[in-house]
Amino acid sequence: MHVEVRGLNKKFGDFQAVRDVEFAIGKGQLIGLLGPSGGGKTSILRMLAGLEKPDSGDILFHGRRVNDLPPQERGIGFVFQNYALFKHMTVADNIAFGLQVKKWPKPKIKERIAELVELTGLAGFEKRFPHQLSGGQRQRVAFARALAPEPQLLLLDEPFAAIDAKIRHELRSWLREMIDRLGITSIFVTHDQDEAIEVADEIMIISKGKVEQKGTPWEIYKNPQTPFVASFIGESTVIEDIASLKGFEAAASWPGTKGLIRPEYIEVGKENEFILLSATEAGRVSHVHFRGSEWLVEVQVGEIKLVTYRSLEKKVLQPGEEVRVLVHRAYLFNDNDNWVMENKLKEDPLPVHI
Amino acid sequence: MKALWITLTFIVFALLLGIPVVRIAGGAWDDGWSGFAAGLSRPEAVHALMMTGLIVVIVTAVNALFGVMLALYLVRAKWLGTQLKRIMNSIVDLPFAVSPVIGGLMIVLLLGPDTALGSLLNKAGVPIVYALPGMVIATLFVTFPLIVREVMPVLQEIGDQQEEAAHLLGAYAWTTFWRVTWPSIRWSVVYGVVLTVARTLGEFGAVLVVSGNIINKTQTATTLVYEDVENFNLTAANAVALVLAACSIGLLLFMEWAKSRKAS
Repeated sequence: MHVEVRGLNKKFGDFQAVRDVEFAIGKGQLIGLLGPSGGGKTSILRMLAGLEKPDSGDILFHGRRVNDLPPQERGIGFVFQNYALFKHMTVADNIAFGLQVKKWPKPKIKERIAELVELTGLAGFEKRFPHQLSGGQRQRVAFARALAPEPQLLLLDEPFAAIDAKIRHELRSWLREMIDRLGITSIFVTHDQDEAIEVADEIMIISKGKVEQKGTPWEIYKNPQTPFVASFIGESTVIEDIASLKGFEAAASWPGTKGLIRPEYIEVGKENEFILLSATEAGRVSHVHFRGSEWLVEVQVGEIKLVTYRSLEKKVLQPGEEVRVLVHRAYLFNDNDNWVMENKLKEDPLPVHI
Repeated sequence: MKALWITLTFIVFALLLGIPVVRIAGGAWDDGWSGFAAGLSRPEAVHALMMTGLIVVIVTAVNALFGVMLALYLVRAKWLGTQLKRIMNSIVDLPFAVSPVIGGLMIVLLLGPDTALGSLLNKAGVPIVYALPGMVIATLFVTFPLIVREVMPVLQEIGDQQEEAAHLLGAYAWTTFWRVTWPSIRWSVVYGVVLTVARTLGEFGAVLVVSGNIINKTQTATTLVYEDVENFNLTAANAVALVLAACSIGLLLFMEWAKSRKAS
């Protein structure tokens, strides 16, 4: 289903939960609404579902305005954060509910239940009640129940929030696969950026009720449009005096400009590890932490503290050691503008032509 | 010391609860079976018990319906302001705070034959005070909070997400109530109904004020016992009281069972 939202606003008392939100979602896409808690993601989802009335703005499904359509008529599958399973009904009855309400013939309901139980890997659990299931299984029941009436749009509110980390990982890829197979347009809300990056075709970053940026995870990572997005996605350190770093002196011509540097923009090592030594800064290792698959290295360059990762394959650095630091690029921003600046010194100052 | 306290507790318990019941049971058989049967088969006793039964049926039905509805509105309705909800919520408890006699008096003052509204209704052929409608209203007033107070906490606890899920699956309010909400609150309603029946059976003050205690007309089982005692007709009083006590004990047992179902 093609979904479009125009000028959406919602206030709860004096609190502006959603502010002029606009977006369009193509058929079959899986979209992640990502942002800090209380940023309005769930409100947007609930308005799409018809559980909340927008103060202004239009919601269009297939180009048709659905603002005045009750949730019963919108043809949406919704998975709640806490699943909201009917706790006095068995798994099979939960899945059948939407079909019985829609007056499907009995044999067809039976068929559909069997199909969904198979799809969600719940075979053998049909007669169980929700309290007899694990968190991951409940999640799957909620998913099966939402999918049963063949909705054209699937909305998921923090679908993995209540599941422990290991299962969450499995469920994520399972969900991704399932949605690919069904080709159903889906929107899910999350505050976990790994989840959004891993699962979504496109991410919408939402903060303080506004859409900060919409794009593929890679686009958003590579080219953040606002300082909020830059600092929210990935890890980063904000540097007040970016012009003092080697290769970024040009930043001084924009007064009040700050820099944001991600760990992966930085290389740290001994002198012999760099080809372009002239582009590097002298630094001193202040801390190293083992992070399971790599070292996290904190390094002091003049007044500036930088954080980066270092492969376990390379020589282990010790705190206090003198090292060279290469900053490949920085994300610069001031009150009016933001852009990515590459390290100017990385372009070889003495090119040798052979 | 401990033994002394335990003994004392048992003595108080026996004095307050045990002995009166035994005394009533014994008193009812003072003149043997015939005395008991005679006490109960008097026309006024039959009428009073019928009256009580009728009030129980009407009051329970009305309160069950409106109690559940009010509980739903007070917990779920978004169109009621928070402030208004809070005020309504405290008003629900009013009958708990006010003496039933005063409740009855309010009805007499509002709808009595001397008031404008009362005389108007009287002329239309629907007497309120000193008639069945007034007695029903008085009992409704006294028992109103019982079901609301049983159902509201359960509704709050289950939250509205299951209902929202039902809406999104295409179920409208009626289907959602019967298939999703009702199974969760069912046993609380039953428990509330039992409390209402018990309270209605035993209601005395409010009914006495409103009914005028007219024999064979507006007399209920409790007011009949009161009158029999006044007239030193003790065997008959005991017989009616024993019927009421038996009903109460039956309800008590049923209540325990309902409570265990509610908890599971």
